[in-house]
Amino acid sequence: MSAVFDEDPILGRAYDARLVRRLLGYVRPYGVAVAVSIGLLLLASLADLAGPLLYRVGIDRYIAPPAGSSARSAGADFRGLTTLAALYLVVLACGFGARWAQSYLMQAVGQHVMADLRAQMVGHLQRLSMSFFARTPVGRLVTRVTNDVDALNELITSGAVAIFGDIFTMVGIMAVMVWMDWRLALAVFAVLPVVFVITERFRQRSRDAYRAVRTRLARINAYLNEQISGMTVTQLFTQEPRALRAFDGLNAAHLEASLGATRNFSQFYPAVQFLGALGVALLLWFGGGQIARGVATLGVLVAAVQYAERFFDPLRDLADKFNIFQAAMASSERIFRVLDEPAAVLDAPDALPVRGLRGEIAFRDVWFAYGDVLFRDDGAAAPRGARRSGEGDWALRGVSFTIRAGERVAIVGHTGAGKTSIINLLTRFYDPQRGQVLVDGVDVRALAQRDLRRHIGLVLQDVFLFSGTIADNIRLGNPEISDAEVQRAAEQTGAARFIEALPRGYATVLHERGAGLSSGQKQLIAFARALAARPEILLVLDEATSSVDAETEALIQRALSAALRDRTAIVIAHRLSTVRHVDRILVLHKGRVAEDGTHDALLARGGIYAKLYRLQFADLD
Amino acid sequence: MRSRRFWTYIRRHRRAYLLGYAAALVSIAMAQSSPWVLRLAVDGIRRHLGVGPLTMYAAALVGLAAAEAAASYVMRWSILAAAYRVETDLRREYFAHLQRMPLAFFERTPTGDLMARAVNDIRAVQRFAGVGLMRSVHTVVMLVASVAFMLSLNVRLTLWMLAILPFVTLVFLLLGREIHRRFDAVQAQFSSLSTRVQEMMSGIRVVKAFAREPDQLARFREASDEVVRANLRLARAQGALWPVIGLILGVASVVLLWQGGGAVIRGTLTLGELVQFSYYLARLSFPMIALGWVTNLWQQGRASMTRLDEIFAQTPAVADPPAPLAAGGIRGEITFRRVSVAFDGKAVLRDVSLVIPAGRTVAVVGPTGAGKTTLVSLIARILDPTDGQVLVDGHDVRQLPLAALRAAVAVVPQEPFLFSASLYENIAFGTPGPLPPLRGPAVLAAAEVSQIAADAADFPLGYDTVVGERGVTLSGGQRQRATLARAVMRDPRILILDDALSSVDTQTEQAILKGLRGVMAARTSIVIAHRISTIRAADRIVVLDQGRVVDQGTHDELIGRGGLYADLYERELLREALEAAEPAPAAEEPGDGGPS
Repeated sequence: MSAVFDEDPILGRAYDARLVRRLLGYVRPYGVAVAVSIGLLLLASLADLAGPLLYRVGIDRYIAPPAGSSARSAGADFRGLTTLAALYLVVLACGFGARWAQSYLMQAVGQHVMADLRAQMVGHLQRLSMSFFARTPVGRLVTRVTNDVDALNELITSGAVAIFGDIFTMVGIMAVMVWMDWRLALAVFAVLPVVFVITERFRQRSRDAYRAVRTRLARINAYLNEQISGMTVTQLFTQEPRALRAFDGLNAAHLEASLGATRNFSQFYPAVQFLGALGVALLLWFGGGQIARGVATLGVLVAAVQYAERFFDPLRDLADKFNIFQAAMASSERIFRVLDEPAAVLDAPDALPVRGLRGEIAFRDVWFAYGDVLFRDDGAAAPRGARRSGEGDWALRGVSFTIRAGERVAIVGHTGAGKTSIINLLTRFYDPQRGQVLVDGVDVRALAQRDLRRHIGLVLQDVFLFSGTIADNIRLGNPEISDAEVQRAAEQTGAARFIEALPRGYATVLHERGAGLSSGQKQLIAFARALAARPEILLVLDEATSSVDAETEALIQRALSAALRDRTAIVIAHRLSTVRHVDRILVLHKGRVAEDGTHDALLARGGIYAKLYRLQFADLD
Repeated sequence: MRSRRFWTYIRRHRRAYLLGYAAALVSIAMAQSSPWVLRLAVDGIRRHLGVGPLTMYAAALVGLAAAEAAASYVMRWSILAAAYRVETDLRREYFAHLQRMPLAFFERTPTGDLMARAVNDIRAVQRFAGVGLMRSVHTVVMLVASVAFMLSLNVRLTLWMLAILPFVTLVFLLLGREIHRRFDAVQAQFSSLSTRVQEMMSGIRVVKAFAREPDQLARFREASDEVVRANLRLARAQGALWPVIGLILGVASVVLLWQGGGAVIRGTLTLGELVQFSYYLARLSFPMIALGWVTNLWQQGRASMTRLDEIFAQTPAVADPPAPLAAGGIRGEITFRRVSVAFDGKAVLRDVSLVIPAGRTVAVVGPTGAGKTTLVSLIARILDPTDGQVLVDGHDVRQLPLAALRAAVAVVPQEPFLFSASLYENIAFGTPGPLPPLRGPAVLAAAEVSQIAADAADFPLGYDTVVGERGVTLSGGQRQRATLARAVMRDPRILILDDALSSVDTQTEQAILKGLRGVMAARTSIVIAHRISTIRAADRIVVLDQGRVVDQGTHDELIGRGGLYADLYERELLREALEAAEPAPAAEEPGDGGPS
């Protein structure tokens, strides 16, 4: 939610040809439905137009025939009127049907366009690299996919197409009035220029007012959001009065803008109403004379009055549509910004498919930083934020090592040594700035990302469980993994015992990221998940968690030893017990490989590993 | 609307409401008169009236319309404007109320929830106070007046209309309820779609690692299709609403033509009266719709006001005592007397007793979760103890005026929070009265002591650079140093550093501590820290473990006793040795220029 408040709304024009063209691309597949909908809309407008005409016929023929027309009996007149009324009912029913069908059809188009757009956005987001997700709050992405797309719906359903209806109704009324009596029509149209001027002025003012209200409200909300987050600071420094004064200022600015908008609205509606009445008065004055001269009939006059009243409604509507357009433009701008976000880690055009791996891993002089790297005038490179080259934000500084197929290696190091970066590069969540990461002697950048990852299993310390059953979470939606394989993976890792003890076993539905499961149980599911995918290379992030009891610890160790069997494995280890399962230990320090060897050899050396061992492992074991 | 608070706000602007309602009456009176003029004109035309009277009628219509428009403008302007003022008042008091809430309140109430109330509920209340209150009176009067005029014209025709028109309200309410139900279903589907996206994006690492993008996309599409289905169900009902209402009004118009026309043919009604009647029908249509609409506004407004009242009903836990002691100059002696703190029944501090003499520097050490932050939070009353007393200069802090206490205590918290304002405003944040002049000696001195001055010089606009969430992104160390400057700027009697230099490198920390010793001479300091150099510099060290003071004394005394402190000390030495160690192979910097 909070992402909504941390940015000022983009407020631009209500019509941006570039955006509209792009949006139209999404509507095009539903062109037929849109065409039918427009047809229905025209039909509904026609039905609306028919009403006053039928009144005219009724008055002139039956109710108050002009002097000189052939006189009928009152009974015949009433019968005629009844037929006319029946006809009117039919027209009404048609109009009703057309309107309902039209609105449903347009909703259907709008909903499908939104579903398409959402699917495209999500598909695109999935292709973006981890660096995008590291710098973009999840809440903001959710808002883009949900609320911003929703804002477009109104544009499609009640904005764009409805304008056709409004314009058609206005043109239709003008045509019918001219046809009935062009002089009377002219009397009404005399008011039109004024209406246009007023509407245009209203439109402009309401655009400015709307913008002012929205921006100022956004400012209030952003301020409020920040103040709530920093409330303790304000309270400790006893700055509540000053904060309240600042808030009052924002609040007053918003009030002022709101009042401006309200005054504008308050003036516009009565003004248009008055102009309508003026038109009617003109009709009456001029039409009365026409009738006296025998040029027009009373029926025409009454119909003209009715038309004059309806004429101004679409005009008012048109002004309202403006806001819908503006909001939709702002949303589509944000949506397209997401869609235009380039994927930083791309498959090479001639990326190789991966059928199977032996599992040999090599890093060759790998330099890596998470931020952008600036290349300086003298040719040297430094990550952004580093003051001097050689210090600062390099996570890896020329790391080289080789891991043979089937070898099990632990990577240890102090906080910030660059351990996680090794995993991030191997899985191509990021690409290094310099050097090569090789799997089976092939640069990972030459392989198709998803192929590569299918052969690399990953167990993260912070286990992420999706909503769904336990089996779903082990299988991760892969239909190629059978129920038997799911169970086998669970048994191998020791997860089967607690899963089968649950009343619904593997079909147990997990809620809220596995609430109700202990952190140890979640870990076991993560191991089962990695094993079920049968990877040739397994990466395990085993950060020390303080909240694991001895029993769980034993369970996790069992799972780990099962998982490491028969494959190449890298374990980012924080526990001595974990280190016992591996063949070799790589010690990373400040982005470099500092030591390499077996546990005993490294301990005997008395270097960084020996210190780390005493610091990290000593009292956790 | 039961909320007493709501009506208090309305009463504040009662003149505007009364003026608005008076204008509404005038506007309705004018609106009801013009059909009557129209009837005279139409009947006049039928009797071949001259141009003179016709002009008069036309002029009368214009005059009435002008008066109606003017009155309608006054009605809208005064009531709607008053509603915005109510909104502004409400928002102000909401914020002022939040300012009085204790930390515990913000910890149990998500910011999103507070924001939702501030954004959506305040708007709903404003809409009820404006359009809702305006339309409710206008609608009822318009309805009664129109029916009365209709009855005076033709009873039979009126009964016909009264048989048809209530269906408008009925449809609005019944269909409205159905729409509401389906709308809830849409919201539920929509929120599960949001949850799905949230989950996909939070778990993107796992999705990518296992190459499960297609499956996730398919699951997303399912949720998305559900949203489409729910929306189309809603569209069937919602799309019918206005057409149905249009149909009913159309039927009324047909019946008027049929029955009213018949009456004219029979001679029981004049054509002018028929026209007049048709106008009342039109005047009646909108109130029939508005009736349903106002009901909705009223329901939403009431629900929203209830949600706001829930927040207003929360009383501040940390409040000034009924009769606070006069706070003289606080010297800065701090005493904890058998203090215990528990959160949800879980003890965080247990029976802590401690005396910190004025003017001394005390370091508090202990493993994570020992209760260090809780301990120092009690002094400035970020928290109140569950049991026992915290005394400053011998007075229970709960007996001191909160503002005076907090003016004397400056806390630099673990999580440095800066506001989206210039660096200068952030440093000068706590100074009483108007801000000191820019680059005034006090600001510069505080920036110098906190070692943020050099960074400020590097910023694009120096001290005017906006920092915080919507400004320049500062590093963790820069943020900590800026918050330290903010605390030093207050010139406090008691300075509390809650692990406040953890992201600052060792040399800078030493420079800061050296500077602080000058500034803080003869003031009380409490420092939670890990670095040995910082801890050793304190006059006394207090060791906390699992909520208890397990030891205290000077560094040498504690090392001599060889307890928890000695362990912590040894681990810290190791950590510092590791941090200082340089790996053996010195690799080259990348780049064509070679090492630089």
